[in-house]
Amino acid sequence: MLGEGILQGLAETAKNFAGSFVSKERLTTVQYPEERIAPIENTRDFPILIYDGNDPMAGLRCVACQICEKECPPKCIYIVKSTDKKPDFVGKMQIYPTRFDIDISVCMSCQICVEVCPFEAIKMDTEFELSTTDRFGGLLYDREQLSKSNEHYHKIHPTEAAEVDARLAEEKAKAETKAKAAAEAAAAKAAAAAAAPPTPAAAPVAKVAPAKEPGA
Amino acid sequence: MSLSSQFDQIFVLLQHWIEGFFPQSLQPAVGAVVAVVAIVATFPAIFAVTTVLERKGLGRIQNRLGPNRVGPLGILQPVADGIKSLTKEDIVPRSADAVVHFLAPVVLVVAIFLGYAVLPVGRNMVLMNMDAGLLFFFAIGASTELSIFMAGWSSRNKYSLLGALRAVAQMISYEVPLLLSSVVAVMITGSLSTVKIVEAQSGFTGIFPHWYVFTPWGFAGFVLFVIAALAETNRSPFDLPEGESELVAGYFTEYSGFKFALFFLGEYLGMFSIAGFAITLFLGGWGAPFSFLGFVPSWAWFFFKLLAAIVFFIWLRGTLPRLRQDQLMNFAWKFMLPMTLLNILVAGAWRFLGEGWSRWVICSLVLLCAYVLLGRILMRHQRLGPRSYRYAE
Ligand code: SF4
Ligand code: SF4
Repeated sequence: MLGEGILQGLAETAKNFAGSFVSKERLTTVQYPEERIAPIENTRDFPILIYDGNDPMAGLRCVACQICEKECPPKCIYIVKSTDKKPDFVGKMQIYPTRFDIDISVCMSCQICVEVCPFEAIKMDTEFELSTTDRFGGLLYDREQLSKSNEHYHKIHPTEAAEVDARLAEEKAKAETKAKAAAEAAAAKAAAAAAAPPTPAAAPVAKVAPAKEPGA
Repeated sequence: MSLSSQFDQIFVLLQHWIEGFFPQSLQPAVGAVVAVVAIVATFPAIFAVTTVLERKGLGRIQNRLGPNRVGPLGILQPVADGIKSLTKEDIVPRSADAVVHFLAPVVLVVAIFLGYAVLPVGRNMVLMNMDAGLLFFFAIGASTELSIFMAGWSSRNKYSLLGALRAVAQMISYEVPLLLSSVVAVMITGSLSTVKIVEAQSGFTGIFPHWYVFTPWGFAGFVLFVIAALAETNRSPFDLPEGESELVAGYFTEYSGFKFALFFLGEYLGMFSIAGFAITLFLGGWGAPFSFLGFVPSWAWFFFKLLAAIVFFIWLRGTLPRLRQDQLMNFAWKFMLPMTLLNILVAGAWRFLGEGWSRWVICSLVLLCAYVLLGRILMRHQRLGPRSYRYAE
């Protein structure tokens, strides 16, 4: 009949109204600042830079390759390369970012930077309470603010971090065996050319092409 | 005077007592001022309470808690809202017509307050007992359209202007069935005076009252009046003028701060006054629903009924989705208008068929048939199914 749907709807909303007083399960509201729901593991919002060890600036995994800067759709990453080098986690000398800024007021949390980074250096954080009184400077995060320890990463995304660590360890092991083999070969060569005048022992650095992360 | 009737007249006595302090010649003016102050204080207070009730009620309907932070159970929320809207920046667009832009919300609120002048909120409690009270209310009510158009026009923004045109089109379309549906009460009472209309419904048969809503034409008139009133006050499901998803508040897009709050206030005050008129016309005004409940003061009955109407409006808002503009117009002109016209005929027939059960059967049958037929015809043209988008692909 005509108008029956309206009556059914009214009955339904009345049931909801009364039900919310009777059963607590109906109310899905969380009284936010006091009560919180733990974020699910795949929660993500803004990128952070991962460092190993205790010193954020020394342990930064980022090698300033600028891939993320190029790939970021809204172009909110700004990187300045260093002129000197420091060893990365396998001991290879790499440049590092002297500046690494992300404007999180522009960042759209797409995670593309994470997916393109070949060095497992940039990851997504779960921190969302980022309000500030300065909407320009306060939302431009620099290197220091962005760097978070590997432990923090393990805490927020345990599965993903374990995977990443396993891969890095494998890479490191591979690099070490390669270096050892290269050193042995060099030593053998040196022994074979014993008659020849001694050349300065150049320890060749293993050329490591890190495996591209298939994406978290 | 007995105690209960004294209680019934407590506000009238209070008014006379205040008047007593002034010389004879000033007394009518002072009495009017007191009554105006009472109206201007009472209804905005109800507005404040209603905003919390509405937010809480809608929350509960959606299985949320609603406001619960400011004060115990969130009842101080309107205070916080008021402070917020007062301290907000008042932005007027540079190209706007500043005077008209400022006047629009003022005109709206003033026009709506004027409507309260003829609303009887209790026995002997009406600001102006006008012979053409109902006419006055509708005439004043029509000027809210003017204020809406002022708002849309003076903003110098085409979206505001289009929003205003939409709103005005809607309000004018529903003004017609609103007026026509109230005509039946006037026909049967034989007077345009709101006080007389209430008095005509104040008798009892056994314990049941003589409210117009308990007759076939009265019931139909009441339902039609309520639908038209919802549209007239931009209440859901007819809240197209402010449609958040399509327009973001059409005609008052360019308003902020307290002027915006005034539009909000005007909307709610309009809802109260029109609900008050629905009560006056069809629900016996300040009359008690049963003869043995006569000891409860008349004004209390009025406000109980008003509260019930507000609760019903909130309930409806939590239930129905918003209409589309073409559905809205079709409904007004193809369903509401024929039904109200027919209802006038039915009311006339009721008057001349005389006492007896036959008029009950005839009038009910006519209205029911018309309802079913009109409904069917309207439904037949409604093509429901997957939508095809011609332009936005
Ligand atoms: S998450 Fe997306 S938008 Fe944000 S910095 Fe990374 S690539 Fe840019
Ligand atoms: S892609 Fe990774 S390593 Fe390269 S600059 Fe970005 S964060 Fe650093």
